Amino acid sequence: MRFTVDGTPVEATPRPGQVLRSLLRENDHFAVKKGCDAGDCGACSVIVDGEPVHSCIYPAHRLEGVAVTTAAGLGSVEHPHPVQQAFVDAAGFQCGFCTAGMVVTASTLSPGDDLAVKLKGNLCRCTGYRSIEDAICGVVNTSASSEAGASSKAPAGMRVVTGSEPYTLDLATTSLLHLAVLGSPHSHARIQSISVERALGLEGVHAVLTHLDSPDVLFSTARHELRTDDPDDTRVLDPVLRFQGQRVAAVVADSVAIAELALDLIDVEYEILPAVFDPEQARSAGAPLVHGDKGPESRIDEPQRNVLAQLHGEMGSVAEGLAAADAVVTGTWTTQRVSHVALETHATRGWLDEHGGLVLRTSSQVPYLVRDELAHIFSLDPARMRVFTARVGGGFGGKQEILTEDLVTLAVLKTGRAVQYEFTREDEFTIAPTRHPSRVTVTLGATADGVLTAMQVDELLDTGAYGNHGIGVMFHGVGESLSVYRCANKRVDAESVYTNNLPSGAFRGYGLGQVIFAVESAMDDLARELGIDPFELRRRNVIVPGDPIVVTEADEEHDLLYGSYGLDQCLSLVQEALVPTDGPVGWVTGQGMALAMIASMPPRGHFAETVITVADDGYFDLRVGTAEFGNGTTTVHAQLAATALGVPADRIRILQSDTATGTYDTGAFGSAGVVVAGKAVFAAATALAEKIAASGSLVGLSATGRHDGTPRSIAFNVHGFSVAVNPATGEVRILQSVQAADAGTVMNPEQLRGQIEGGTAQAIGSALYEQLTLDEGRVTTRALRNYHVPQFADVPRTTVLFADTHDDLGPLGAKSMSEAPYNPVAPALANAIRDALGVRPRDLPMSRDRLWRLASS
Amino acid sequence: MDLITVREIRVPRTRDELVFDEGFQPLGGGTWLYSEEQPGLTGLVDLMAMGWPPLTVTDEGLEIAATCTLAQLLAFDAPPEWTAWPLVDQCVNSLLASFKIWNLATVGGNICTSLPAGAMTALLVGLDGTAQIWGSPDRTVPVIDFVTGDRTNVLEHGEVLRSLHIPLSSLTARTGFRRIALSPLGRTGTLVTARTTPHGLAFGITGGTVRPHTSTDNGDWFTDAHGAADWRQAMSELFVSELTEELA
Ligand code: FES
Ligand code: FES
Repeated sequence: MRFTVDGTPVEATPRPGQVLRSLLRENDHFAVKKGCDAGDCGACSVIVDGEPVHSCIYPAHRLEGVAVTTAAGLGSVEHPHPVQQAFVDAAGFQCGFCTAGMVVTASTLSPGDDLAVKLKGNLCRCTGYRSIEDAICGVVNTSASSEAGASSKAPAGMRVVTGSEPYTLDLATTSLLHLAVLGSPHSHARIQSISVERALGLEGVHAVLTHLDSPDVLFSTARHELRTDDPDDTRVLDPVLRFQGQRVAAVVADSVAIAELALDLIDVEYEILPAVFDPEQARSAGAPLVHGDKGPESRIDEPQRNVLAQLHGEMGSVAEGLAAADAVVTGTWTTQRVSHVALETHATRGWLDEHGGLVLRTSSQVPYLVRDELAHIFSLDPARMRVFTARVGGGFGGKQEILTEDLVTLAVLKTGRAVQYEFTREDEFTIAPTRHPSRVTVTLGATADGVLTAMQVDELLDTGAYGNHGIGVMFHGVGESLSVYRCANKRVDAESVYTNNLPSGAFRGYGLGQVIFAVESAMDDLARELGIDPFELRRRNVIVPGDPIVVTEADEEHDLLYGSYGLDQCLSLVQEALVPTDGPVGWVTGQGMALAMIASMPPRGHFAETVITVADDGYFDLRVGTAEFGNGTTTVHAQLAATALGVPADRIRILQSDTATGTYDTGAFGSAGVVVAGKAVFAAATALAEKIAASGSLVGLSATGRHDGTPRSIAFNVHGFSVAVNPATGEVRILQSVQAADAGTVMNPEQLRGQIEGGTAQAIGSALYEQLTLDEGRVTTRALRNYHVPQFADVPRTTVLFADTHDDLGPLGAKSMSEAPYNPVAPALANAIRDALGVRPRDLPMSRDRLWRLASS
Repeated sequence: MDLITVREIRVPRTRDELVFDEGFQPLGGGTWLYSEEQPGLTGLVDLMAMGWPPLTVTDEGLEIAATCTLAQLLAFDAPPEWTAWPLVDQCVNSLLASFKIWNLATVGGNICTSLPAGAMTALLVGLDGTAQIWGSPDRTVPVIDFVTGDRTNVLEHGEVLRSLHIPLSSLTARTGFRRIALSPLGRTGTLVTARTTPHGLAFGITGGTVRPHTSTDNGDWFTDAHGAADWRQAMSELFVSELTEELA
């Protein structure tokens, strides 16, 4: 059949059952993305004969004679469509993976359209939609200046909006093989026998990989600077299956379809083992053991009690503190399982270079750490490996993890061919680690004038079937959530427990959000109990410069410093901004606030090396190891280098996130992109500027900058909400949303605002809507239509305010701010709902059915 | 997504060519069929080339072809005496899917998918519609009885939903509409319609029950990602009382 794509004739013979999206990509039209492949997200939007459609559900057999327009057909980098120009000018994207579809859809709208309705089929996980609305309405938020402190445009912007910026799988590879995985049907089982003969007999199948092919090396899918920080409890393919969906075998075939069809031809006999799904039961006597076979080399705290990690610590005496208190409040809070829903799913394409070295192009936040761990697992020489990322379509912590790279490595080594493994959206919900579900009990005591006398926290985390980030999340969670308060008597009991559920992992905030939800809710109860304004109660108890920053060990050694301090400003900014607002008739209204503190970078080492070189063509080549996944670090790096060198940012050419550049970076996590890598960039560019000044010439000059991630500073966020609640239905309407952030000197105000809005939107999703549910280990929410990611209609405008501080430790006075904005939102919203309803919601999400039940109880 | 088990797509143009082998199913817009894996589906019979006129006004009311798209239904210029017509807009807007889907999705496809939250099921139940089924023999079934459960209906293998009929008396009735989801534009938790009849109000209740009902007094409330059963029942009861007042 013949049709046209972006004006170019295409001749194709679609397979029966094929959709337009896959046909377009097979013909190298990569402006069409896949966020869900199910019609829910809009990333694949195209125009067919003048009508916008979702190409992933458009039957390809109907294409005869039609004209298809993708984002690349709307305009080009040189000649953008006005809507594309508007998205660049407004900074209407972050990772940009939704943008091509968003731009296509926006190009079909008319002035006066209700965007909430028209954009309900276009999901953006990064921005919180305000900047998208601005783009569609023609608001310009960026400036032409590239000085640090200006709202410079993202260097890749014009390519992103025209669909020409390549993401992980946006490149043509000839004779590519595809990998599909057989998932375990059981929550706990041992493979007794596995026969792959029938599958191998299917035409087009090249290999079937089982645990017999897997290196017998235990590792962790979680990645950190120190590999020993995470438990070695995982194999590439394991004969024991510990959750439903865990890899049993993998087929490598000519196409995804053949590989998937072959999965049915693998014959497996399982010995079904007893399973446990509740973390409280899992740590009780007699529970089935998830990793009972592991020894001390796995670094699991108590495998015989399913306890991955635990912390029991007390400073002073909580009992005495409570005895001395005039008011005591206590309660238990729970948070649910949340999926990251980065719009680009996990994916890796791997091949061998001309010297037989392994090359992986992957959607990862941590290419260097992936390389090093794969070298360990497969006994490879890291010097002969290359791991790199293109632009990454969102991460939120979910890509600080080896989920596809190891299987692709195994398949490439086995077949010698190029192999691709791409997660489906269902895979993201059923086998990719989620945010840790938690149960947190908090007890607080205070004197009548509101001085804390005791703080006690008991946390239980369900880390699922594999430990990955379960240790770090637990320790970090009870860190800054408690050390932000000055209190002589503190106690923490925390355990991270294995179950036969889907593994939990790293999620924006890394455990802090769960504990902050409970602590800040309890603080609100305490303020009510004492009759003290909640802002005032915080002021009386938060640490101020000079106070030790401690959890429960008074003389703990650490590298956290007051590089700057703006919490007092944040509290005042939000308090002054919040104004009482009326709700609809019959609704009740209320206000609430919460605060959050976060260290400006991860503990235990984070390293960045950057090199800046004067290129022959007069550009400055800046090599950095960290990845761009919508966090905007690339923009800031360009600004920092441009500022140090006194040149416009478009003279800086950034080569990034590629182990082949040789500039090591621990990775894009822990909000380290600006404060670690950025500091190294500024050091390199400053050194180069000095060399240029000294030599009076540019030729052949180069300079290196490094940062080792210590000492670390602290950053603050305060959020306030004014809400109306309908007690008859459980509906919540956000009347006002304000967040103040202490990010030090602001490098790029528009980008920072975007991070805060995006974090707020994601947190509103966690607070009100999102919930990944399991039934006896089987995930029941397996598609976006059953897992509600905030749409345009769900996200209110948030007023974003900045404290005026200058950090002594960060580059040009800046602090990190990408995880942090998420953390205070859920408790602030819960406190506002409590204020309105008179009853406290304690469980996330605060869905309408739950709030209705609460209001009618 | 690509339907990997499908081996053949037939595009018939006459009724004689409408033949369904084992494993074959009728295809409307495809917006649901292509949105999930369809294990066991080996072939599709595309109804869209049959050329059925999407909307036909008759003396008895309105005939809607199963292949009429939601966009065509919305664009229809209804006579002013059809006071029930706003219900069309309300129900189409109740779909989780966006306007881009409306360009492809069909009225018949929505009803045949037979999800509890089927917005066209809600519309046709609300207006006391009937379904014309092509089979041997042809038959007519009230839409309220067409959907028998969550994703089940009365169609036998080889039968095709040809069209939907709305009686004139329903089109000229006064109607009311209430809907709630767990989020402002989310998938329906419950949807209640009301219509005036000579014998009082007729209600249509969908979304919160596994199949459509005319009364909240039924045992079919269910819990899923779009709401808990007790909330769905309570909201439906609330809406029935609000609509009773509104249309009094
Ligand atoms: S990829 Fe088509 S709608 Fe999500
Ligand atoms: S910018 Fe929209 S999903 Fe990342």
